[in-house]
Amino acid sequence: MIPRPGAAALWPGAAALLALALLIGGALGGLLAAAADTGTSLTRNSDYVLAVLRFTVLQAALSALLSVGLAIPAARALARRGRFPGRGLLLRLLGLPMVVPTIVGVLGIVAIYGRSGLLNDAFAALGLPVRLDIYGLSGILIAHVFFNMPFATRLLLQGWAGIPGESWRLASQLGMSSGQMFRLIEAPMLRQVAPGVAGLVFLLCFTSFSVVLVLGGGPPNATLEVAIYQALRFDFDIPRVIALAALQVAVCAVLFAVAARLTRPIPVEMALGRVVGRHDLGSTLGRVGDAAAIGLAAAILLLPLAAVAVDGLSGPLSTALTDPALWRAAQRSLAVGLTAGGLALALGWGLVQSSRTLRVRFYRRRIADRLEMAGSLVLILPPFVVGAGLFVLLRPVADVFAIGLVLVVLVNALMGLPFVLRILGPAATEAEERHWRLCDSLGIGGWDRFRLVDWPLLRRPAGLALAICSALAFGDLGVIALFGTPQSETLPLLLYRQMGSYRTEAAAVTALVLLGLCLAMFAAIERGIGGRGSD
Amino acid sequence: MIELRDAVYRYDHAEMRFELSVAAGAFVAVIGPSGAGKTTLLNLIAGFERPESGKILLDGREATALAPAARPVTTLFQEHNLFAHLTAAQNVGLGLHPGLRLSPAQHAEVAAALAIVGLAGLGGRLPRQLSGGERQRVALARSVVRDRKVLLLDEPFAALDPALREEMVALVDRLRRERGLTVLLVTHLLDEVGDFADRAIFVCDGRILADGVPADLLNRPTVPELKAYLGRRAAGVD
Amino acid sequence: MRRFIQAFLVVSSAVLAPAAAAAETLTVYTYNSFFSEWGPGPVVERAFEAECGCDLEFVGVDDGVAILSRLRLEGARTRADVVLGLDMNLVSEAAATGLLAPHGLDLSAVDPMVGSAMATSLVGEIFVPYDWGYFAFVYDSESLPTPPESLRALVEDSEVEILIQDPRTSTPGLGLLLWMRQVFGAEAADAWEKLRPRIVTVTSGWSEAYGLFLEGEAPMVLSYTTSPAYHLTVDGEDRYRAAPFEEGHYVQIEGAAKTATTDQPDLADRFLAFILTPPFQGAIPTTNWMYPAVAPEDGLPPAFDSLIEPSRMLLPAPVAIPDKRGAWVEEWLAAMSR
Repeated sequence: MIPRPGAAALWPGAAALLALALLIGGALGGLLAAAADTGTSLTRNSDYVLAVLRFTVLQAALSALLSVGLAIPAARALARRGRFPGRGLLLRLLGLPMVVPTIVGVLGIVAIYGRSGLLNDAFAALGLPVRLDIYGLSGILIAHVFFNMPFATRLLLQGWAGIPGESWRLASQLGMSSGQMFRLIEAPMLRQVAPGVAGLVFLLCFTSFSVVLVLGGGPPNATLEVAIYQALRFDFDIPRVIALAALQVAVCAVLFAVAARLTRPIPVEMALGRVVGRHDLGSTLGRVGDAAAIGLAAAILLLPLAAVAVDGLSGPLSTALTDPALWRAAQRSLAVGLTAGGLALALGWGLVQSSRTLRVRFYRRRIADRLEMAGSLVLILPPFVVGAGLFVLLRPVADVFAIGLVLVVLVNALMGLPFVLRILGPAATEAEERHWRLCDSLGIGGWDRFRLVDWPLLRRPAGLALAICSALAFGDLGVIALFGTPQSETLPLLLYRQMGSYRTEAAAVTALVLLGLCLAMFAAIERGIGGRGSD
Repeated sequence: MIELRDAVYRYDHAEMRFELSVAAGAFVAVIGPSGAGKTTLLNLIAGFERPESGKILLDGREATALAPAARPVTTLFQEHNLFAHLTAAQNVGLGLHPGLRLSPAQHAEVAAALAIVGLAGLGGRLPRQLSGGERQRVALARSVVRDRKVLLLDEPFAALDPALREEMVALVDRLRRERGLTVLLVTHLLDEVGDFADRAIFVCDGRILADGVPADLLNRPTVPELKAYLGRRAAGVD
Repeated sequence: MRRFIQAFLVVSSAVLAPAAAAAETLTVYTYNSFFSEWGPGPVVERAFEAECGCDLEFVGVDDGVAILSRLRLEGARTRADVVLGLDMNLVSEAAATGLLAPHGLDLSAVDPMVGSAMATSLVGEIFVPYDWGYFAFVYDSESLPTPPESLRALVEDSEVEILIQDPRTSTPGLGLLLWMRQVFGAEAADAWEKLRPRIVTVTSGWSEAYGLFLEGEAPMVLSYTTSPAYHLTVDGEDRYRAAPFEEGHYVQIEGAAKTATTDQPDLADRFLAFILTPPFQGAIPTTNWMYPAVAPEDGLPPAFDSLIEPSRMLLPAPVAIPDKRGAWVEEWLAAMSR
């Protein structure tokens, strides 16, 4: 059998798949073996597990509803108002919460909505008897809106951008009012796009960890992810971990399938700046409404971030910044971020390399889809399950708290993989579609192919993917909360500990350093790898 | 020069079966409805697809299992003939070395090839700085430096306007005569290439249903599929 | 080449030497508030390091119960030589893991109250008590002039909001769980459910809850009868008081133990013996704000005189607890998340 041209491109995918299988299989195997050892009944205290599931679903549903509910007027106003000063900047800032470390966002939110925060001070100054309570469900919802409303706005804005210009021209020719346009043009688009966006936000909030850990305030407000963490850290109760994880995987799998059906594939990069001439922009009411919608969205997004900056800068900078623990933690976080990002990119590149070859050359669309799905499967797998599984697997052979950071890197690399596939996949497939025959006929393969064709075409998405994965790993307070020791403390863990022991001022500086380094690293990678012209 | 002996190719449920022999130096126009197998025929010759059974001979040698780059074939596609991030000269240079490591003599060769297709001095331009016709000329210049005996053209000029199209086909014909190429050109506009092509084949449902002089196919269609394809032209309206 | 080798030797010895010359290290797992800068940790560390010529390294874990979880998680591979901060409620369970070793110390010097409480337990051989105290709800008398007078009143007819700790991580949290059990018996779960809406938050450690209390998040927090002594001594402030409860107050005895897998058994023994000496014991009242396990010869600091004396002392029965702890925590979890 003579190998078909391009068959060599199947090896990277096979290698990546093998690495995935070893990591995930090892983790699950380790957990199951440990469960067999302890042999407790899985159904013990099902009341508690059900209560956790109920709360997880409730908060995720409310978060999705609120986020999308606020995003719709904001996206509509941004779509309608194509030219106001700062629009471009605001659109870019809407991408921020994705890379802002969760714990930093939470700190900013406490500064604005907390007991002695800006909002409660304002209520008190106005003599209003209202007091916002940041702990519990309300705090979780506020934080989830902060993190997801901007993201939802961007996705919805793409929905608006997808409405053909002819529709608006037709609407103005027919003399439609704003309301009629909404009913006849925008609402049908929303019916198509919004459920998918809401589903995605639901999924993200369903698996939320740091927000709930910090703001949840105890067992009444625990999500499955937090309950898994507590079962591991407090009780080392592996059977319960498995029960909770199985529940989470099952629900997520269903959600994932539903969301995949609801969502039209949304391209990651799309012109959001496209402005469509509408004739209904003149009315005062519309102007005020749009301004209010944009202002509210901007306030929700920017106030907590501004609070982090202001509190950080007015904190005890000289003492906090000379604390060697801060910089050791920063070094560790950088190392974790870059290795996890690099590993995610390497795995993702391997999978994409093979899946695009299967898809384009060999017409094996189904196998290619499955290959990419394998990489995205970790979306439904709780990181703690992977972390805990590897932990029990490695426990007999290594000092697991010493290799805690390695586990953190591995788990974060897995968590970043879906982003890599999402960002790199379409671009890589397009490059293959356009050029595979030309490359074959000219004999451009291997290193030449990478150097002359793939790298120039894919460095931008690759840079973006690496930047996102590294930033996520850099700011992650997940698995590190389980394995962290003072010897392996990362910046988010240091910040969490400072917040826990009410060293508010030191925490403010740490938060600012964490945020600043995270954004700087993001920008440096995106520019450095992506090349000029990427932003 | 080109021989397909009962070459069978299957995709999904469609089966294609080609029997074809083209003499060296011929200029063959390939016509037929969309999806009938014209591109597949060219892909089989170029080696982008492999036949399930049957044989392909190029220049008298068995080529069925040869990699595309090892065949004496250059293809011009409808689009994406050039890498958008490489200059015209680099795109041509790829025909000499797939890693772009060129000697000074080869650089001169690239410049000469660009001159042959009428693009002297434009080697430093990126594809987006060239017109559609100029871009296809760059691709032709690359075929010149590759110096392969068979030139396959898969509707590369379809997006150009009529005068430019004719100019490009004339350029191809000139190259064929000067360099002794065998040319297969897929087109929907048989009458436009009629002056140059000495033979035309009609591909339909994965088979070659008609084969002959272009004027005969146009004016005296023998099979009903060809009549249907040509539409009003077949009624003798010339 | 020779110069290169010389340079290499100089550099490598410079890198390796500190490790080789470093003093032996004793690793002690403890709860966060113990080794925080205002806790006993720094004082103890300085005093013991001066005495032993070694390096004492504290590793902070959320709170007492978490120390046990951490120990179980790490098993025989733990780096801890000593664990400090388990209480009597946990110690039999900790002993049952087989991860702790007997201390071989004479405990006759400890306070008779502590001694008698420990006499009911089978674990006196591994557990070295260092301090004790009564759990109590501490309140802010400015925002809560009339606190409830009993645990039953707090649960059944009060509207006061409280801060508590998680029994899965924190010894005060676990203490409250047992206190509730003792007062409400089989109806403890119902009592928790009644209390739940007024629990502002459940923190994983004592310091978090107390920090929130001082920030004004709630007027009442689960702590110790001795906590007001801190405010009297440090800020001269008497607004924070412990509420005396009619049912009596649950006693906590905190202690330390040596791990069975320690690679510094001699240092660990010396540290456990050091715990009962004046440098350690003397630091307890004004840094950990608890009663020292060995009653000081020259009495307690004056602020301790004004503290409430519980009408009844509720003593733990540690032998019975290990089997029940799991079930009671489960019951609490279920009641709290209903």
